[in-house]
This record gives sequence, C-alpha cells and structure tokens, in this order.
Amino acid sequence: MQLPVKTRHFLEEAGSLSAFMGRFLTSIFKPRFEIGEFFRQCYVIGYRSLPLIALTAFIMGLVLTMQLRPSLIAYGVESQLPAMVGIAIMREIGPVITALIFAGKIGSSIGAELGSMKVTEQIDAMEVSGTNPFKYLVVTRTLAAMLMLPVLVLLGDAISLYGAYLGVNIKGATSFSLFFTQVFNNLAFSDVLPAFIKSFFFGLAVGLIGCYKGYYSSKGTEGVGRSANSAVVVASVIIFLIDLLAVQVTDALGVN
Amino acid sequence: MLTLQQHIPVKTPTAGQPVITISHLNKSFGKNAVLKDFALTLNRGEHLVILGKSGSGKSVLIKCIIGLLQPDSGSIEVLGEEITTLEHDALDQVRAKVGFLFQSNALYDSMTVRQNLEFPLRRHWIQVTQLEVDHMVQEALEDVGLAHTIDMMPAELSGGMQKRIALARTLILRPEIILYDEPTAGLDPITGREIIDLIMQVRQKYGSSALIISHDMNCVRLTADKVIVLFEGRPYATGNYATLERSEDPGVKQFFQ
Repeated sequence: MQLPVKTRHFLEEAGSLSAFMGRFLTSIFKPRFEIGEFFRQCYVIGYRSLPLIALTAFIMGLVLTMQLRPSLIAYGVESQLPAMVGIAIMREIGPVITALIFAGKIGSSIGAELGSMKVTEQIDAMEVSGTNPFKYLVVTRTLAAMLMLPVLVLLGDAISLYGAYLGVNIKGATSFSLFFTQVFNNLAFSDVLPAFIKSFFFGLAVGLIGCYKGYYSSKGTEGVGRSANSAVVVASVIIFLIDLLAVQVTDALGVN
Repeated sequence: MLTLQQHIPVKTPTAGQPVITISHLNKSFGKNAVLKDFALTLNRGEHLVILGKSGSGKSVLIKCIIGLLQPDSGSIEVLGEEITTLEHDALDQVRAKVGFLFQSNALYDSMTVRQNLEFPLRRHWIQVTQLEVDHMVQEALEDVGLAHTIDMMPAELSGGMQKRIALARTLILRPEIILYDEPTAGLDPITGREIIDLIMQVRQKYGSSALIISHDMNCVRLTADKVIVLFEGRPYATGNYATLERSEDPGVKQFFQ
C-alpha cells in the first residue's frame, strides 16, 4: 500500500530529524570539543536574546495581573492574586512564552545563518579547512540554546513577577515584600523544578531544529528564507508537544 | 620558524610524479549518472584544466577529489593516499596540502579577512604562535595585493577582491595542489584577467600543481598545460590548448569557436 505523499514526506522529515538528533547526541562526547565557539554562542544566543525576553516577560506579568484581577474580585478572592499569578508564571506561562519568543528570535536566526552558509559553500569551506562543521556549527549552537534557555526562563520569570507586582499596584496597594511573600509561600519546589527541566528540552528543540533546517537548506536564497521560517514553525509546535508530554509525565509522577 | 610540511605527515611526490590519480570514477545522484568511468592524472607542477558545459559534472568531480562528496565507485589517489577510504583525521591531513578555491569564494561572512585567513591555519595546524600566524596572514595577503584589507569584512569587498582573499586563504597553508572551481566566473574580463595572472604568479612562486575547472576560454588558454574536455561525465578529449583548438571534432570545436 502506497502512503499519501504528504504522510510520506512527514515521516521522512521525522526520520531525518531523528537521525540528526542522534548524530548530535553522539557528537557531544567525541573530541574535538569546540569550547571557544560554544562560549561565543552562549553569549550570542543568551545575552542578545535577553532584552527581548525581558521586555515580553515584563509586559506578560503586567497584563496577566490586570486581566486576572476582575475575575478574582468577582469571586471575592482578590487577595489570592499574587499567588495565582506566581503559579501561572512559574509553572506554565513563563517557560512556554519565553521558549516561543526564543524560537522566534534564535531559531530563525540559526536557520537563516546556517542556511546562508550552506548555499554559499561556507560549510564546505569549513570542512576543507579541517573542521567538522557539524561539531563547530550544530553541536555548539544546540548546546548553547539548551543551556541558555533555562537561564533566560528564570530571568524572564523574575522580570514577569516584577511586572505582576506593578500590575497589582495599579489599582491597589501591596508592598514589595508582601507581594513576593505571597508568591513564594504558595510556590512549591514541584512547581519550579519540572518547569525548569522542560525548558532544557525547549532549548534543545529550538537549537536542534534551527540547525537542522539551516544545515539541510537548499534552493538558494529562497531556501534560506524557508529554512528560517520553518525553523520557527516546527520549533514552536514541538515546544507545545514537549509541554503536553511534560504535563503527562509530572502528572504520572504525582508532582502536579 | 617551522614549516607546515613538518607538521603534516603526507607523502610528497617528487617532480613529474602524479599528485592526483583518478580511475574508474562513478558518481550518480538518484538516476542521474554525473561521472561515468572517469579517469585523469595530474602530475606535480602541472596545470590541468577540466573544460565542460554547465552540469557536465565538473564541480562534482572537484568535490569528490577533496572528499566533500563520496563517489559511488572508483579510485581517487591524492598525494599517494586513497582518499575514498580515508578516515576523517587522515583525510584532513591530506586536505591540509590541497587548497580549494570555491566558485562562490565561500568567505566566512561573520569573520574579518584576518579571521578568514587564520581559520584554516588554526584548524589544521594547532601548534603555531600568534607571531607566525600574523606573518603568514600578512604574506598571503601581500601575495594577492590586498594587505590593506586585513581588518575588513568580506561584505565590504568587491567580487574581485573577495576572489583574491579566497585565493589568499587557499594559499596560506602552502598547498601542493590547488583546486580552482571556476576561478573567473562572475567577474568582469579585466578582473578575470587579474585572477588568471594571480594563478600564474602562484604557480611561479610556489610551484604548486593545479586542477582548474573552467569554461572561460581565456582562462583555459592562459593557464592550461593540459586540457580535458568533459562530456556527459566522461573525458571526451585530452590535449594541450593548441591541439584541441585545431580539432575538427564538433564536441571539442564548440568550445573554441
């Protein structure tokens, strides 16, 4: 029986991406280790994403608080606003929104950069120059994305909570220490740890898919644009799939 | 100062001996057979031009020689090493003695000219001091007459200058063999002529062997000791420029009209 063309393409893509991931996992532990390039990528990926993530996190915390307030007032539980916002940000909204912003900025940038290098033969030139381009380009970028995203999520959560604190104070008067006492009194270790762990996987997905799309870019400059675009789309979908899987796992382990 | 040859233990043929020997080479992409039972020999110090139409398999051949593409079958011996069976590290040792000038120049656009030139030095030849690196970068840039561009980005350079910088990057490892992929493609006739002159100067200064892929007849005429006309993946005709120019064969004649 012949599979429909779209199904076949989907399965081929999934197989190819899995093979790419397998190659990444085996390459991590084999020398030569590109330490210098790895740290450079940590700077590029982490530091340069910070302003955008800080801005969006701040707005997210502020808006979330302002949107929740009327509903909580209606139920007479306005005093629970810091706790509710804190849990929502730390458990779900912070990691997922930060990962989606990260996919938009870093996934597209990696896809376009590697795609452009591919079509202009820079990756071939690298190989001829005695460099394993997979290690130099893919392993360093994916590891940097994997390690930098959890850090950005933590920073984003903190900034988001500050935005929420300001949001609470737009129509009320809650001191800084009271707000954060209420937030942290209602947060358990099991709220923070699974969210932190899943952000590593979000980073892995963004880095790996950006590299995969760029590394196998074809059809000239049109292909570069397509690589950048599909890196963001596929990474975003996979972020939600990982999130879905993570909630099932934490549920099964009883840490929800 | 240590020389590069002291660091990279690859067999070095003596004058006149073959540096590249290809036999029964086949390469296909799907059902499209690009190279069919291809063979050639490049001798030390020789400049061999592969002439052929677009899509005739010239670039595939050159990428097979440098190990960027794996042939389906056949043998490619470079500096005495069978590169189709070499492990990655051993292949890198051979590559350090083979320069490759890419058609698109392939300069790293996120690096300055200096970093572009330092890159192959640092990757192939780890034990080198900064002073030696600076000296070699400077010398390679002087060879192509662009010492003043050392701190510029590739995007700031014209097409001809980028080609010369790419040639400087190729020269920095003092290769015994240089593979030129369409060295004058996309350049105006004057700049193209400058690149041809540079190829000849490099030959004179370093005595390197060269395999040049081209369909620019001016380049072929000025650089070739021997020409192979590639047609449908096979060597169609072989000879020096003057002999082939007089050929009555329509397949050869079409290039020289």
